[in-house]
Amino acid sequence: MLHFFAAFVAAATALLIFAGGLVTSTGSGLAVPDWPTTYGWSMFTFPVDKWVGGIFYEHSHRLIASIVGMLIIALAAWLWRAEPRRWVRRLGYLALAAVVTQGILGGITVLWFLPDPISIAHAGLAQIVFCLTVTIALVTSPGWTRGAPVADRLLQRLTAVTTGAIYAQILVGATMRHTEAGLAIPDFPLAFGRIVPPVWTTAIAIHYAHRVGALLVAAFVLAAAGHVLYHHWPRAELRRPSLLLLLLLAVQIALGALTVLSGRQYMINSLHVVTGAFVLAGSLVLTLRAYRPRFGIRESGSGIRPAALEHVRIPEPASRIPDPRGARA
Amino acid sequence: MTRRVWIGALVLASGVLAAACGGGSQEDAPPPPVENPVDPATAGGVTGQVTFEGTPPTLAALRLDSDPNCARQGATTPNESVVVGATGALQNVFVYVKDGLGTLRFPVPAAAVVLDQKGCRYVPHVLGVQVGQRMEILNSDPTLHNIHAVPMTNREFNTGQPIPGMKHTHQFTAREVMVPFKCDVHPWMNAYVGVLDHPFFAVTGADGSFSLEGLPPGTYTIEAWHERLGTQTQMVTIGATETGTVAFSFKSTT
Repeated sequence: MLHFFAAFVAAATALLIFAGGLVTSTGSGLAVPDWPTTYGWSMFTFPVDKWVGGIFYEHSHRLIASIVGMLIIALAAWLWRAEPRRWVRRLGYLALAAVVTQGILGGITVLWFLPDPISIAHAGLAQIVFCLTVTIALVTSPGWTRGAPVADRLLQRLTAVTTGAIYAQILVGATMRHTEAGLAIPDFPLAFGRIVPPVWTTAIAIHYAHRVGALLVAAFVLAAAGHVLYHHWPRAELRRPSLLLLLLLAVQIALGALTVLSGRQYMINSLHVVTGAFVLAGSLVLTLRAYRPRFGIRESGSGIRPAALEHVRIPEPASRIPDPRGARA
Repeated sequence: MTRRVWIGALVLASGVLAAACGGGSQEDAPPPPVENPVDPATAGGVTGQVTFEGTPPTLAALRLDSDPNCARQGATTPNESVVVGATGALQNVFVYVKDGLGTLRFPVPAAAVVLDQKGCRYVPHVLGVQVGQRMEILNSDPTLHNIHAVPMTNREFNTGQPIPGMKHTHQFTAREVMVPFKCDVHPWMNAYVGVLDHPFFAVTGADGSFSLEGLPPGTYTIEAWHERLGTQTQMVTIGATETGTVAFSFKSTT
């Protein structure tokens, strides 16, 4: 039950990120000028007939955020009461602290007229909250401890770097959104008809960095997923997130292109934001599953093709048995 | 150690709260004079015309359907970003004395300038106000608006008017041409306010004409500002009781 609730909280957080994307994409961030009230009303009693224009997006975002905040409070309490692993309980507390900080950042960015650093931090922390809820949902699932894990150091490094690169790419994307650089390069796939822009401004540099970042992320995802599909194909817990990650990457690149070509159509733009979160979560799940041995789950070499064994350190069966005399001959 | 952490947190929280509440010191400027420094016996003026050269852009009307309360007053509202009359007269150009008044200081009018929100648009679209003069922003619509001023020099503000008939009064503290106003609830709504430390400004009407009255003799830089077509300046010299004439002609920038 705890796993299903955690998965529900993660889904609600993804919905919240989409709603936040709609707020930015429609330019509605200041449609409600006060916080935490809404035009002087409590946000929970603000009349529905006044949810018009930009208020609809901003007020919906605030309500969903409040619900997600309450869900994470409940999740942290549930973990505190029922979870035996201390580090998992701490993940719950961390998620709670992160979502509270996120709410305060959201309020401050409204009261201070959307300063770029605060708005970018708000966007970046949203992804952290989502990652924490996804992690809690993953490690409370029955599958987390089921079956012997793979101890593949190359896979661990590849997936960790990929997840870090995706998060960095999301931060560059958030910077691009909040500095209004989304259409600084108006054509796609070229930049002003060339591979490298002929002119440079801060906005063009940020936009171009996001495009170069997309290529780097695509290379990392292809390397990580390719490694899994070639060396660990029988392992469903690695194969499925890899395939999903490849699919999400393709969708995300298409959405990025459409965002430029449509002139930042707000729905496409917002889907690009939330799909970015899904790509990050997919890579995180793959990373955590690659690191399962570090979480105290027993190692095994099952499912690994022989060609991959050069970088997989699996102790010989005999070495796992302690020598009763205290030392090996 | 723990006490230091708590004191640090309190100081940080106080700073955040002070900033969040919009705290900030007002500029210490001497009070404006009561008397007009210009001798009415020698005062002259500058008049002129602003025109658009070429074929004016065709702008689609702005749809109001994202708010049913606005749509009930009319499905669309005219796009006022470039308004050209039949003879090429360019409307909504802010014309003002940019330079030439020296150290002269002028009294602040007691009457307030009014910016109304009516039909889910700002009326007027372009206006001027003096530093320190009261500016009243009304909500004459059966819906709510937020008034979001986005100045570069003055203090930014964003105020909600959820109830029809509400009025917000604001006074700018520094000269600034122009201060954009927008409504984030209704993204098509925008207005521009020129803030000056003297009364010599005007906005062209439907005939494209303007008149700056009561200027002392001298040489002035006159600037014409348009929200999409940019700015132009001209020099004009007027003697005692004379009226100078200038003409501005804008072209499409696209």
